[in-house]
Amino acid sequence: MIEILSLPFMQRALIGGVLIAIMASFYGPFIVQRRLAFLGSGLAHAAFGGVALGMYLGKEPLLVAIPFTVLVAVAIVWVRAHTDLGADTAIGVFISLSMALGVIFLYLREENAADATTYLFGSILALNRGDIYLSCAALVACLLSLPLWGRWAYATFDETLARVDRHPVMRDEYLLLVSVAVLVVISVKIVGILLVSAFLVIPAASARLISHRFIHMMGWTLLVNVGGVIIGLLASYLVDVPSGPAIILVQSAAFLLAFVVHRVAGVR
Amino acid sequence: MNTMAVEVENLSLRFGDTIALREVSFYVAPATFTAIIGPNGAGKSTLLKVILGLLTPDSGGVSVLGQKARSLDRGIAAYVPQKKTFAGQFPATVLELVVSGLTGTWPWRISRTHRERALRVMERTGVGNLANQSVQALSGGELQRAFLARSLVSKPQLLLLDEPAAGMDIRGEAAMYHLLCDYQAESGATVMMITHDWEGARCHADQVLLLNRTVVGFGSAQEAASEERLLSLFGHRGHVHETHAGAADD
Repeated sequence: MIEILSLPFMQRALIGGVLIAIMASFYGPFIVQRRLAFLGSGLAHAAFGGVALGMYLGKEPLLVAIPFTVLVAVAIVWVRAHTDLGADTAIGVFISLSMALGVIFLYLREENAADATTYLFGSILALNRGDIYLSCAALVACLLSLPLWGRWAYATFDETLARVDRHPVMRDEYLLLVSVAVLVVISVKIVGILLVSAFLVIPAASARLISHRFIHMMGWTLLVNVGGVIIGLLASYLVDVPSGPAIILVQSAAFLLAFVVHRVAGVR
Repeated sequence: MNTMAVEVENLSLRFGDTIALREVSFYVAPATFTAIIGPNGAGKSTLLKVILGLLTPDSGGVSVLGQKARSLDRGIAAYVPQKKTFAGQFPATVLELVVSGLTGTWPWRISRTHRERALRVMERTGVGNLANQSVQALSGGELQRAFLARSLVSKPQLLLLDEPAAGMDIRGEAAMYHLLCDYQAESGATVMMITHDWEGARCHADQVLLLNRTVVGFGSAQEAASEERLLSLFGHRGHVHETHAGAADD
């Protein structure tokens, strides 16, 4: 075990994975409670469009993907706020648009197509120092939004009551979704576009099943997320399977366990 | 000149082609209890939301204790909504719900002072024994009493309630009226409550606002909500009157 932890690529994978897990644990419960579970997947697909645009422009893909995905997040909130369409519909529209743009950008520079698959499935074992620094910067941004926790939670509980107490509910929602968009883009390098929403949804959903206080839900989400990264990474090395899916299998096992506890203990 | 608790002048509001409120004007004096009565779709809930500053009228103005409704300071008004939009999905205890009314944000931890203050109000509304209960486990009546405690805990000067008795049994409803009257007497607060309970309004309210997108009547219960007005507004006088009338006919 110590031998595994002494491998530099494994150390970087553990650090990067745990950093992403901590951030996803902060935002995930809000996403699940606001019934925006589809959002993580939607923004990850938007990130694909941004990555493809970055490749087409010959720039660092993630640095182009971040503003692109943030723009999509803002557009989703704006469409929700100004139409009667549900969140799932608004997200569905922008998933299709982003994917279409991504495919066109890759088509225009076919030599990038192979690199793009890296972002589809992620490569946590290939993280470099730059990726770790980027994740640290995102964690700092996440910590700066800690004072918003109470307001976000309040508006998640009841938007009308939050407005009565003079909270800028709409502005806060933009901030939340923009923060999630940044997290999603950074996570794409680690777990890939296809699996990124799992970090936001599965641990929070598991935690919801066994929590009757929101703060407890946050704690359980953190435990499942961080535990999933550590156990999943070690298991993937020992059994020799891809790391991203291994992490998500561990998270899913935690969900199953939480479901059993929920049914047996009757947590509401 | 004394500042009115609520001043509504020529208030009009449309949702698309639908007129929600038309040239509504009335004044509510401080430390009074006003019952708002009207048929479904009469604009009652919309009116409360305009007073709270949640909706902007197309024309006219609303001021609350001398402040514009849109820029009303936090904590002056408390609100018990008709629809609990959290839909029972949010993991919260009753104590957290009540304390949120005190802090104006969601509490990640609850101080002893806040806990004690919340528990005192919860005792009064009859949910003192449910502090650590999940809000999802509450019955409709218990949830209403928990929201009532939440609205009272910050000692607001203006209390706006949208059908707070919905889901309560007859004893709970009577207790709620007494609690509101006691709170008003103790604190000098102004209470405005939407209700379909004409008898309760007649017994407890200082005045009745009869609304059907515009003001149909405003004043004491006897003058504003006379049987003739209710009959013309609802096409019905209510079961109590019907029974009495039937008995009299016999």
